[in-house]
Formats: sequence, structure tokens, C-alpha cells
Amino acid sequence: MSALLRHARYVLSGNPVTALAFGLFGLLLFAAIFGSAIAPYDPLATEAARALKPPSAAHWFGTDQLGRDIFSRVLVATRLDLTIAFASVILAFLLGALSGVAAGYFGGWTERIVGRIADTIMAFPLFVLAMGIVAALGNNVTNIVIATAIINYPLYVRVARAEANIRRDAGFVEAARLSGNGEARVLLGHILPNIMPIMMVQMSLTMGYAILNAAGLSFIGLGVKPPHPEWGIMVAEGANFIQSGEWWIALFPGATLMLAVFCFNLLGDGLRDIVDPRQRT
Amino acid sequence: MLNLLLSRLATAIPSVLGVIVVTFLLTRLLPGDPAAYFAGLAATPQAVAEIRAKLGLDKSLPEQFLVYVQDLLSGNLGTSLTTGQPVTADILTRLPASAELTLLALFLAAAIAIPLGVLAAVKQGSWIDHLCRIVTTAGVSLPVFFTGLLFAYVFYYLLQIAPAPTGRLDAFLTPPPHRTGFYLIDSLLVRNTEAFWGALAQLALPAASMAIFSLAPLARMTRGSMLSVLGGDFIRTARASGLAPRTVIFTYAFRNAVLPVITVLGMVFSFLLGANVLVETVFAWPGIGLYAVNALLTSDYAPVQGFVLTMAVLYITLNLAIDLLYGLVDPRVRLDA
Amino acid sequence: MTAAPALKVENLSVEFRTRAGVVRVLEAVDLEVGKGETVALVGESGSGKSVTAFATMGILDPAGRVTSGSAMFGGADLLALPERELAELRGRELSMIFQNPRTALNPIRRVGQQIADVLVRHGGATRAQAPQAAIEMLRRVRIPDPERRARAYPFELSGGMCQRVMIAIALACRPSLLIADEPTTGLDVTTQAVIMDLIGELARESGMATVFITHDLALAAEYCDRIVVMHAGHIVESAPSAQLFAGARHPYTARLLAATPGETDSLQGLQSIPGNLPDLRRTDLPACRYSERCERRKPECVSPLALAKVGERHLVACRFPL
Ligand SMILES: Nc1ncnc2c1ncn2[C@@H]1O[C@H](COP(=O)(O)OP(=O)(O)OP(=O)(O)O)[C@@H](O)[C@H]1O
Ligand SMILES: [Mg+2]
Repeated sequence: MSALLRHARYVLSGNPVTALAFGLFGLLLFAAIFGSAIAPYDPLATEAARALKPPSAAHWFGTDQLGRDIFSRVLVATRLDLTIAFASVILAFLLGALSGVAAGYFGGWTERIVGRIADTIMAFPLFVLAMGIVAALGNNVTNIVIATAIINYPLYVRVARAEANIRRDAGFVEAARLSGNGEARVLLGHILPNIMPIMMVQMSLTMGYAILNAAGLSFIGLGVKPPHPEWGIMVAEGANFIQSGEWWIALFPGATLMLAVFCFNLLGDGLRDIVDPRQRT
Repeated sequence: MLNLLLSRLATAIPSVLGVIVVTFLLTRLLPGDPAAYFAGLAATPQAVAEIRAKLGLDKSLPEQFLVYVQDLLSGNLGTSLTTGQPVTADILTRLPASAELTLLALFLAAAIAIPLGVLAAVKQGSWIDHLCRIVTTAGVSLPVFFTGLLFAYVFYYLLQIAPAPTGRLDAFLTPPPHRTGFYLIDSLLVRNTEAFWGALAQLALPAASMAIFSLAPLARMTRGSMLSVLGGDFIRTARASGLAPRTVIFTYAFRNAVLPVITVLGMVFSFLLGANVLVETVFAWPGIGLYAVNALLTSDYAPVQGFVLTMAVLYITLNLAIDLLYGLVDPRVRLDA
Repeated sequence: MTAAPALKVENLSVEFRTRAGVVRVLEAVDLEVGKGETVALVGESGSGKSVTAFATMGILDPAGRVTSGSAMFGGADLLALPERELAELRGRELSMIFQNPRTALNPIRRVGQQIADVLVRHGGATRAQAPQAAIEMLRRVRIPDPERRARAYPFELSGGMCQRVMIAIALACRPSLLIADEPTTGLDVTTQAVIMDLIGELARESGMATVFITHDLALAAEYCDRIVVMHAGHIVESAPSAQLFAGARHPYTARLLAATPGETDSLQGLQSIPGNLPDLRRTDLPACRYSERCERRKPECVSPLALAKVGERHLVACRFPL
């Protein structure tokens, strides 16, 4: 573990981009936790008198058509966007890692069924499937989380299955089995912890995709309901003003969204370098 | 080749079955009464009952599934409440618009990503390699609807060199007579250059936004596989034989490197078909994505279901085409099958 | 030896830049090959045989750099030629074949086309004649049914067949020098002999000089006029085959010979040489890079050293030759 940490420091010092990504991540986390507390305005407070004002000292990101402060809204939205993404990634991880490890470990029918489910999901263009799921389950935030988890599920299954398959006959697994551990214990207590580093990489790599996906769904009007600040919806609202030149309404939430996704993608690449130096390009 | 086609078709069948089952289940998962959902918000109780009988919702699940499959086989995807038309007809009329956009975007993405990836690999560590790295990481991070809006703002509002971001053709131009449904091709067929340029101008921004989004996996894969091929033994043989750099890089390295790139096309299509929905929304593009979004917002479920099914079947077909293309390039696969 | 050798490498040094530092892989390597002569370059794995060949051909990895030396070939210094002119010579005047013939051929191009590519490139045939000329080449390397085989892909051919195709590619333009880098490694013993005979025969036919890189002293003695022994980037001994077998003067060569039990494969034997190659990243390497493994080491062995004549055509780099 300390070797891993040392290696991490080595990678970070040699890779300022990853360090930058960690910094951005900290900033996002800060905004998610303290966003509502430090927001200069009430993100929902409308005031017709100051509608559609471009960025100024009082309103850094300008105001929208209802006179709401965009900076405050972008800040407050961080928590919702990140929560949706985190929740869906955790859900996908739980479902995918468990069933994938079981598939790789037991093989046979387990593997066939899990594989078929994953293949069927992969047979859809993923965003389209997410649309269909949210439409069917009902138009709310929970279902966005579920849909995003489902479309990420096959990625986790694939990684977990392959890793468990490699480790099924490894010495330490054999030893655990011989010392009287049940299959479930071997699986959960020995194989799962071993593939955690790789799963962590997978999680941060899919995190960016999950944010994009959730924002895309709310952009087309699924999930989060309007007055509530959320990056995708805010871009959608701003879209109506692009043709008349009020760029700031869409730009700031869109750019923040982009930055967040960028941060997680960089972070994923960086983590992969730390966990699996062989794959460095 | 025929063997390859048949074996690949056989592997596509479970996928198609899976897709049919999932789209069927999605309708049954509808919260509340599916009949009420399908009937729309303003429906009377009789209308709901009628719809329930019509949809066969009073039958058992397996029976319902059979009816669903029969309907599919006869090309019946139900009726749209918003347009009042059969969903199949609606989708068929809108499909060319989406297909033209998606294919152009793919073409653009490949035209940029593949040379970029090749150059990045050949000149490893040069500025073009760094550019490639930036483009691939930034490209996947760009929300496609945001890029689209940004483009519309810059090129339409600020620079005024792009037409208004609404629809396939300027209102003053008449669309070319319907042959393929692709405006670019149809307008050329009747030598209507005005319509051709008009259609191209409308396509440019949405296609570019989609291309930027989907270019990353292509460029990344091209670079990676080019690098690994260039390090290969047979490239050394080619160089030791004094073959011209052009021959070494294109005939020897690239043809081999393109194989993994072809496999990644499947993922690119998944990206593109999803991005399609968002881009059509931004640019009011009259394709099936916009159709589905409008239906979603009015709780008109049949078109959404038809859309998901169509997209999935299209995607499976595209993957099949990709497999065949792979077989065309790689003799090992062709002869194994 | 004739006045003008086919290839004369002098003072060749090569280093590689790696993440772990600069590796001085070759140091002041001298290698001379007479016209029509067959020279074996032997030494254990990692001693720099392939790097010598690659540097001469100008196909070193980008990480590698020639830091000094010359390689005179037909009146030109290969190491100083611009890449464009060097590429003209490669495949036409000097050729190379590699180990692992299966991976050394383009997997998705018909073998006939791969031969034709070389012919067309060097003006050995026009584009129209090339397919027929390729079939002729396949016939020359004794591939049965060459018309059909020309249309085959490498994965459809056996290892021995692939190596014949490699030879056909290398000899297509009748070069005056061939470097064969372990051309028989990975082939079974019978095929080895067939391939070696084929190379020998074709070389004699056209008076071609050959550098034959191998681990295998017995094989080298059987097919080569002269043997050059390499250790850790240095040439340590060079002598006509019979003379070397009769009386090796360098302790390393003696060890190699002792580890070569008769005519059989010597790989096991080679491993029995005490110690390992020194780590070439070290900056404190002694002048004789073998000295740290040598039982006869004396304090003087750290001071500078060069190949010295110890007999007619017999050179040794050792202060205290056997
Ligand atoms: N691309 C490279 N980067 C760094 N070091 C290299 C590279 N190529 C070769 N070397 C180093 O050069 C030394 C000589 O390698 P070379 O391949 O010439 O050995 P060899 O005598 O041909 O061995 P073998 O019998 O295994 O083919 C080795 O120590 C190797 O580590
Ligand atoms: Mg070698």
C-alpha cells in the first residue's frame, strides 16, 4: 500500500495534468458540499427587474430570463449533478462488480446469464436505452440514477468478470479455499478486495460519462424538474436565448458541466496510471 | 465471406431477441396504467378501456408478448397521439434526416480522427501527438448539446456565416424530390446545387458537434494501434527492405492498425446515435430523435417505444456491418469463418 | 582476405535512452566482412548482436543513437548516409532476415505481394511483371507450388515456409550483403538445416557476403568461414572457424566452446557460463566488460584495451589471452 502511495506521488509529480485534475476534483467536492451555504443569492429567487443581465460584478455569471443569479444556480447545482452521477456509479459498481465477479468465478450458467444481460444492454445505443428506461419507469431523479447505472452496468461486469476469471485459480484464492472458507467468503473476502483498485479506476472513468448522461437526459426534459437548478436543464433554458445572443445563460452551466466531466476523465486516466502502470500510453 | 455473413447473423439473433424482450418489458413497466398512458392525458374512461382491449392489456403477459411480436413482424409499432399517424410511417419519414446527419458526422469524425491518430503515432511526442491527446480527452468531455449551442452562437449569431440552426433546409429553399431521403444526394441527383449547398450549410454545425464528441475513441484507438503496429516485427522487415516511408506507413502499418479501429466503430455508433437525440433537439432537426423527445414530453409512449426499438435494430445492423467490414480487411477472420 | 571488404564497420558505438538511464549497448565495435565471405556473429542473449545489425542497416529504434563509428559499404558510409539514400540501398544492396518469420511478415498481405513490393520499389520489376517475378523468387527458395503459395497469407504457411518467404524478400534484388539475425531460431532442427543450406547455396551462387547472427557456435562453425564473438557490446575475439575451435584465445570464447557439447543445441550449455552480462547502465564498467565474470582476472584488466592480432587473421581483446 505504501508502495502504491509512493508510486502515486511519483506519477503525480511527473504528471501535472493529473495533479490539476485532483485539484479540480477538490473544488467540485467543495462546491457540492458548501454550494448552498456560500451561494451569494437564492438560486430560486426570481426578480423581473434584473432579468437577462450579462455578467457583472454583482452577478458574475449574469442572470437568466427570470432574473435568477446564474452563478448561484451553477454552484448549487453541483451537489445534485454529482449526487446523481455518484449514486449511479455506485449502483452500477455494486450490481456489476458482484454479478461480474460471480460470473467470472463460477462460470457456467451464472456466467451465461450475466453475460446475456450485459450483451442485451450493449445491443442498445446506451443513451437511447437510458431515455427508454426513464420514460418507462417514470420521469424523476431516482430513475435517472437507475437508468444511468443500467447503461454502465456492462462495463463493470466485463472488467469484474475478466479479473475474477484470472484470479479464480490464483494461489491466494486456492489457499483461502483450502483453509475452509465457503465460496461466498472467498468471493467477497478475497477476490472482490483484490479487484477493487481496478474497479476504482473504472468508477472514475465512468463518472464523467455518468455526469454527461444525466445532464443529457435532463437537457431533453427528463428527470430534474425546472425551477430546480441542474446544469443540463440550465443549458436547455439557455438554449432558447442563444439565437438572440444571450450567451451567458447556457455558457456557464455548460462550461461547468464540461469541466466536471473533463476532471473525472483526467482523474480516471491518472488513476489508471497509478493502479496499472502497464497500460500507460 | 458468405459463411462469415451467416455466422455473424447467427450471433445477432440473440441480440435482436433481447432487444424485443426489453422494449416489451419497458412498456409493461410503465408506472400506473399503461392503457391510460397510451391513451394520453385527456382520455375518457371508455377510451382507456378501448385502448386496453386494443393493446391486449387484458390478456396474460406471454399472450401480450406474442401479440407484440406479431405486431412487430407486421411492422406495426402503434399510433402516435401527437401526429395521429402510425409510428412506423412517422419513423420512416424522419429516418433519412437522422441517418444523413449521423453518417456525415461519422464521416467527419473519421476524416479528422484517423489522420490525427496516425500522425500522432508516427511523430510520437511531437506537437501533433499532444494535440491528439488534448483532443481525445477534451472531445469526450464536451456535452454534445453544449457544443452545438456554442457553435450556433458563434457561427450563427456572432459571425453570421451559418444559417439559422433550425431544420434541414432554409425555409426559402424547396427540398429536392425524394429519392434516397438524403438531401445532399437527392439535390445532386437533380443537379440542384442551391439546395445542395443549403442542405450542407444546415448540416455543418450539428454534424460537427456530433463529430467532435465521437472523434475521441477513434483517434485514441488509431494512435494506440498504430503505435503497437509500428513497433511490430514486420514493420522492421518492411524498413529493412527499403520500402518507401509512405508504403511502410500506409500499406503496411495502417492497414493492420485499422483493424482495432474498425472494432471501436461500434462504440462510436453508440455515441453517435445517442448524441443524435441531443443534437436534433438543439438544431430542431426533423429526425427520429426530435420526434422521440417531443413524444416523451407529451407522454405519447408508442413513438418512444418505436424509437428505442428502431435505434437498437439500427445499432445491431451497424455492428453487423462493422463485423463484415472487419472480415473484408482481415483475411484471418474471413478464412476462419 | 581481399583488399576491399564488402562491409567494414569500425568503432561503432550505440546507446539507448531508456527510462532507467542511458544504456551503452555497443562500444567501439569493429566488424569486417569480405566479399563472398560468411561471418558468424555469436554471443549470449543481450550481447548486442541485433543492435549491431540494426545500426548498420539504419533501422535502430528511435530510442537508439549511434554515437560514433563508420560502416563502409560499397564506398559509402552507411552511418553517414541520409535516410533517403540508405533506404535505396536497403533491400537492394544489403538485406536482412529476422528471427520469428511468422511475425516478421505482414499478416494481412499476400506473401507474393510482399515480395513484389520490394521488387517494384527497387526497380527489380515493373508493376506488371512483379507478380510473376515474385513467383520466380518463391521458386528459387524452393517453395513447392509457388503459383498457389504466392497468394497465401503468412498465417496459412508453416514457420519454415515463412522463413523461405523472408529469404525471398531479402534476396529478391540480389544484394551483395545479407545479414541473417538468428534465421533458424524457433524452427525445428530439420528445417533449420534446410534453411541454412538454402542461405549458403544462394550466397555461393551470387557471391553474396553473409553475416550470420546466432547463439549457436556449432551451427556457426558448420556454415561460416569466420566467427566473431561478442560480449556485452564488445567484440572479444575473431578468427576463422577451424582456428577458433582449435584454439580460442579469449576466456569467454573458451567458456562458450566448452559449453557447446558437440553438434547439438547449445542453449542449455550457454546458461552455464558463470555470472551474467554486466548491467550496461553502469558508469563504472571496466575496460574489459568480461573481467568481472573472468576467473583469470588481474588488476590490469580495468585499463583500456583493444582488439589485438594474435595470429594470422586472429584477433583477441584480452590482456592475458589463453
Ligand atoms: N529498444 C531498446 N531500448 C533499450 N535497450 C535496448 C533496445 N534494444 C536493445 N536494447 C539493449 O541492447 C542490448 C543488446 O540487445 P540485442 O537485441 O542486440 O541483443 P542480442 O545479442 O541480439 O540478443 P538476442 O540473442 O537475445 O537476440 C540489450 O541489453 C538490450 O537490453
Ligand atoms: Mg537479437
